[in-house]
Amino acid sequence: MLKINNIDVFYGAIHALKDLSLTVEAGQIVTLIGANGAGKSTTLKTISGLLKPKSGNLIFQEQNITGKAAQQIVALGIVQVPEGRRVFPSMSVMENLELGAYLRKDRVAIRDDLDRVFTRFPRLQERRSQMAGTLSGGEQQMLAIGRALMARPRLMLLDEPSMGLAPLLVREIFEIIKEINQTGTTILLVEQNAHMALSIAHYAYVLETGKIVLEGPAAELAQSDKVKEAYLGGRTN
Amino acid sequence: MEFLQQLVNGLALGSIYALIAIGYTMVYGIVQLINFAHGDIYMIGAFVGFFAVVKYGLPFLPTLLLAMLVCSVLGVIIEKIAYRPLRNSPRITALITAIGVSLFLENVVRWRLGPDPRPFPELFSVKVFSLGGVQVSNVQLLIFGVALVLIVILQFIIYRTRIGKAMRAVSQDQDAARLMGINVDRTISVTFAIGSALAAAAGILVGIAYPRIDPYMGILPGLKAFVAAVLGGIGIIPGAMLGGLVMGVAELMVVGFWSSDYRDAIAFAILIIILLIKPTGILGKNQSEKV
Ligand SMILES: Nc1ncnc2c1ncn2[C@@H]1O[C@H](COP(=O)(O)OP(=O)(O)O)[C@@H](O)[C@H]1O
Ligand SMILES: [Mg+2]
Repeated sequence: MLKINNIDVFYGAIHALKDLSLTVEAGQIVTLIGANGAGKSTTLKTISGLLKPKSGNLIFQEQNITGKAAQQIVALGIVQVPEGRRVFPSMSVMENLELGAYLRKDRVAIRDDLDRVFTRFPRLQERRSQMAGTLSGGEQQMLAIGRALMARPRLMLLDEPSMGLAPLLVREIFEIIKEINQTGTTILLVEQNAHMALSIAHYAYVLETGKIVLEGPAAELAQSDKVKEAYLGGRTN
Repeated sequence: MEFLQQLVNGLALGSIYALIAIGYTMVYGIVQLINFAHGDIYMIGAFVGFFAVVKYGLPFLPTLLLAMLVCSVLGVIIEKIAYRPLRNSPRITALITAIGVSLFLENVVRWRLGPDPRPFPELFSVKVFSLGGVQVSNVQLLIFGVALVLIVILQFIIYRTRIGKAMRAVSQDQDAARLMGINVDRTISVTFAIGSALAAAAGILVGIAYPRIDPYMGILPGLKAFVAAVLGGIGIIPGAMLGGLVMGVAELMVVGFWSSDYRDAIAFAILIIILLIKPTGILGKNQSEKV
């Protein structure tokens, strides 16, 4: 579905992604794990069109999307749930969700999707006229995911959705990600919480200082010594 | 009675400051730029009105709409040429550019039309009504009416329309707005267009109320409207409205009860006081919320 071929991305002189390639197969959950500063967010920002690669290309459903503007990427069905949620703090929950559907014109279907989001996240319905900035971290994460769902994504990019959440909430969020995938949305999940990410993903990539150093089916990577040592805190199981 | 009279006069002047201040605050809210050329857009609005009436004999409403249209296009062009290329530069660079644009506009108008003040043509014969001892003119009523209608339309655009939601989203989090599929450049253009149109309307109203216009007429009202925007809380639209009214009333209270020599000084006294006491402005929170 998405193929990234040998991209190099820079911030001024900082070489953030080095000859990075990865593939996301349709229907799967693919995870990209790595330590802080490895380049995970940079990868997602490049896919979303917020950053332009200096070389290499990105192909989405047979279409070259390299260098396309962010709104064109969204229109193609690639939608990101950014790191730190990034909900619009001075807008209501409802308005945040409406903004998720910004490029859509199909009003009736938008209403249906809104109902679906509210069914999935009843807390959001309770708080629909509250300012998003007043929600708790977990609620904001749900809002960010709900907002992305309002765009009817084919490919959803999630940047560290578990960040700063209590363990119980983390479990809930991962359950939701699995459900979203099961209803037909392909997912590229960026995580530092490698344990949880590997437990729901089909395929995984490990990123270190801008380079893919390891890849494979998630279940296999979870068993690899290197991953256990570096990302699973030396756990044996 | 004198107090009430100055209050009415002050609110009329303040409505004009408010219209200009809204443009400052909207632009600041969305691109964090103090657009010092904004007062000159107001001046150009007054001149467009002047020619619309003198040359083409247009009545009030078409004159107003024409000036708003011309200035909104001008605002969009200025943003595109002068400010957009500097969007990722240090703020001081854009600020100095804005001062440059301001001087450019003043001098182009001076070069083409000369420095001398011109009398703004009379669109209405002034009628004064006496309401329990307070004098209110039809021109003042017109100012209140136009300002009110424009502000209602603005609120509608910002809170009820798609582009308004985009404007608020961009002002709160530009990258997140991009991730929603919002065209940030276009949204910024629309913000400049709306702000400039409001300044043009203020220019026409001033032409009618204080009928002398010249290439430098935008400097002082521009500065006062800027102070009004800061007073209300820069980036906050209701703050700009409130700030504009307070400035207008303060100015005419000084005129009425002290001396008209100090009418301009009061603006800067207010600026100093607000910066000392509450730099985020009357309606500002500590982390100033935008648009
Ligand atoms: N806006 C930026 N300007 C300069 N360097 C940046 C910027 N954003 C990220 N970087 C650098 O790029 C590298 C990768 O960052 P990032 O993609 O955010 O990592 P991760 O998401 O894996 O924590 C880091 O070394 C980081 O310091
Ligand atoms: Mg990151």
